[in-house]
Amino acid sequence: MSETTAPPPESQAPVPDKNLPEHTAGTGSRASQVLREVATGGFGVTVLAFVLALVVGAILILLVDPDVQEAAGYIFARPSDFFGAAWSAVSDAYSAMFRGAVVNYQATDAAGFFRPITETMTLATPLIIAALGVAVAFRAGLFNIGAQGQVIMGATLAGFLGFTWNLPAGIHLLFCLLGGIIAGGIWAGIAGFLKARTGAHEVIVTIMLNYIALYLLQYLLTTSAFATGNQPKSPSVASSAQLPLLLGDGFRLNAGFLLAIAAAVFVWWLMTRSTIGFQFRAVGSNAHAARTAGMNVTTTFILVMVVSGALAGLAGATQVLGTEKFLTDGIAGSLGFDAITVALLGRSKPMGIFFAGLLYGGLNVGGRVMEVSTGTPIDIVLVIQSLVVLFIAAPPLVRAIFHLPAPRGLSKGVAA
Amino acid sequence: MTTTMDVQNSAAVKTEPSLRVPIVLGVLGVVALVLFGLLGPAGAVTTFRISTGADAIQIPALELPTRATGIALSIVILALAVYSFILVRAGRKTPTWLLAVFGVLWVLTFLTWAVADKSTSIVSLLQGSLLLAVPLAFGALGGLLNERAGVVNIAIEGQLLTGAFGAAVFASIADNAYVGLVAAPFFGLIIGSMLALFTVKYHVNQIIVGVVLNVFAVGLTTFFFGSLLKDNASTLNSPPRLGVIDIPILSDIPIIGPVLFRQSILVYILYVAVILLTIGLFRTRWGLRMRAVGEYPKAADTVGIDVEKTRWHNVLLGSMVAGLGGAFFTVGSVGAFGEEMTAGKGYIALAALILGRWNPVGALLAALLFGFADKLQQVLGVLETPIPNQFMLMLPYIVTIFAVAGLVGRVRGPAAAGEPYIKG
Repeated sequence: MSETTAPPPESQAPVPDKNLPEHTAGTGSRASQVLREVATGGFGVTVLAFVLALVVGAILILLVDPDVQEAAGYIFARPSDFFGAAWSAVSDAYSAMFRGAVVNYQATDAAGFFRPITETMTLATPLIIAALGVAVAFRAGLFNIGAQGQVIMGATLAGFLGFTWNLPAGIHLLFCLLGGIIAGGIWAGIAGFLKARTGAHEVIVTIMLNYIALYLLQYLLTTSAFATGNQPKSPSVASSAQLPLLLGDGFRLNAGFLLAIAAAVFVWWLMTRSTIGFQFRAVGSNAHAARTAGMNVTTTFILVMVVSGALAGLAGATQVLGTEKFLTDGIAGSLGFDAITVALLGRSKPMGIFFAGLLYGGLNVGGRVMEVSTGTPIDIVLVIQSLVVLFIAAPPLVRAIFHLPAPRGLSKGVAA
Repeated sequence: MTTTMDVQNSAAVKTEPSLRVPIVLGVLGVVALVLFGLLGPAGAVTTFRISTGADAIQIPALELPTRATGIALSIVILALAVYSFILVRAGRKTPTWLLAVFGVLWVLTFLTWAVADKSTSIVSLLQGSLLLAVPLAFGALGGLLNERAGVVNIAIEGQLLTGAFGAAVFASIADNAYVGLVAAPFFGLIIGSMLALFTVKYHVNQIIVGVVLNVFAVGLTTFFFGSLLKDNASTLNSPPRLGVIDIPILSDIPIIGPVLFRQSILVYILYVAVILLTIGLFRTRWGLRMRAVGEYPKAADTVGIDVEKTRWHNVLLGSMVAGLGGAFFTVGSVGAFGEEMTAGKGYIALAALILGRWNPVGALLAALLFGFADKLQQVLGVLETPIPNQFMLMLPYIVTIFAVAGLVGRVRGPAAAGEPYIKG
């Protein structure tokens, strides 16, 4: 239904520059939309943004590399030394990242050769699921900055059910996953409820709930129900509650990855094929119009947040039931915040998020290998990730840097 | 975003005098009476030390019977709740002074109970609260400059972090804490200029840019920490710390003196900043223009105010103020820089800004409240009271949620905050 109205591209093109989520809720025939995105910003800008971010990363590597600094001291005497040192510093770091994230071409056996890509998929699993949750909220016009707290709550309840209850294999796992979904949904639902009832801005409430969730987990880990001995660490979840491994004991890749794919399909169906998803998008594009059309906007706010948080909670559950197996206060890492950037990078669309999640997972895994083999701190990955998103959000900046012409159809005011 | 805001505003308008405040006060009063009074430990004595060793005028420590004091204070608290009830029934609002007195007494009751059979220094409690409020207040003031001009600043956290980093490095190189203090604002400016570039010039969503810039700030500082500072800690990451400066005469006043006037220079700069901003914001052309841009940029543009320029200036200035606050974490307290050492304080600063209703004095008071909660949590942690540490740490965030949900009075920010302004 939403695909039938096709406004002229001229009136629609400026939207992506202004606001990513709105852009994704855009209408227009699918074929022309794809064409326009490739031409005016979409894919081309994404690639260029990634290149730019890698260049900035390379500059940072050069700034701190001791060999490069030494060669820079006599750059005018022997410039080749400087450029040689610079090239080896950057190529060493980035090739180590590739070995860590995709395939290890230096490995001696097949398992070692393919292990990096399976690790990338393992790390991408919770990222993809949580980012799908963030994206659902984005498309309904809500900012769920609280994925972090929802992941924590999901992991906490899923983990708790996993190591305290005793149920047959399979049923126990489903039960724990459901626990994670419910905990995350409720946690985000608080923000949705407060927004609907009192008008409290969801950005502020979800940020605050992140910290409350973290301290709640830290407290729980000091109680006898959660802690093992004096360690702030829970017992391991029962094997009946663990997500089965997909490639045997040698790899960490687990069925959580299949859940991520299923979640992506579900979100695609929800947002483009279901009535409720149509309602979400309608409220996201224009709440006034949605209300005039008879939709209950405040109920939709709550529902959107619950769905969004449920996905983040599921992400937390896969993290504790599949990858980590026990709870610590670092169970969520920076998952919730990474999920926001993944959702943005994937332009709030399931397919985009799937690949963006893999990219981020790869950067994180590759970053570890890079840190070990070249000493470059993994934190450079955060710089690259954040810059990619910033550049993608500002296509005119990217075009200006590469001296590309503004695409046809962009109004002058925005392109300038 | 605007569309969704309008919906809530129309949905949540209430006119009849609400009994919500008296009821909340009454419940809190009963809790205090039962928990800290009637159920308090019998025969215990609470000791509050009032003077520090360095004071000119010495006041003996206050020794109070825990239970009797708790009951007495609770009765006063309940009386205040009843008075609030009477006022509301008469169709009047509960005055702010009543809420303030209520809050202070309630905390005092709690403290009397928590310190049973132990001793704590009131002066160091308040002194520490003020000190811990410094980064929050600077962060909130920085955010205020942004938001009053219509740019939401989620990146306070990042500005504090880069400020802390810059202060540590430059103070170490120069071996002078004050050099670090000068450097910090310029490091906050790194994040501020990116915020302005992407939100004001390229109209990218402000919340998105803020969140991403926080990640960027963590990545950047931790990267340089890991690659440069760690191995050269003696030259790059061992800054001297800011000393305590006594203001002559004023610092000799009992209680107030050591709390307000025996502090580091950052605290004194904070006093000046709050005064300057209050005057600037409400009494000058500069402030009027800033507020106009934040409330209704189109109208401001129509009368000839350059919206984009005003926003650029404010975002940059705001980031410098927040960056200065970042100096607290390194040269203002522990000295050396550590990974992600701001630990969410930027978000509390944002909360202080909201709770302070986008007003410099309000932001300072809210920051003091959060600083007090933080210090109290440290003190109680040492005293081994039955309250888990984590719940004290949660407090600022819970208070903020209550505040934005309208339970502590409705808050409303600058109308155009979050809106990119596209001239046309």
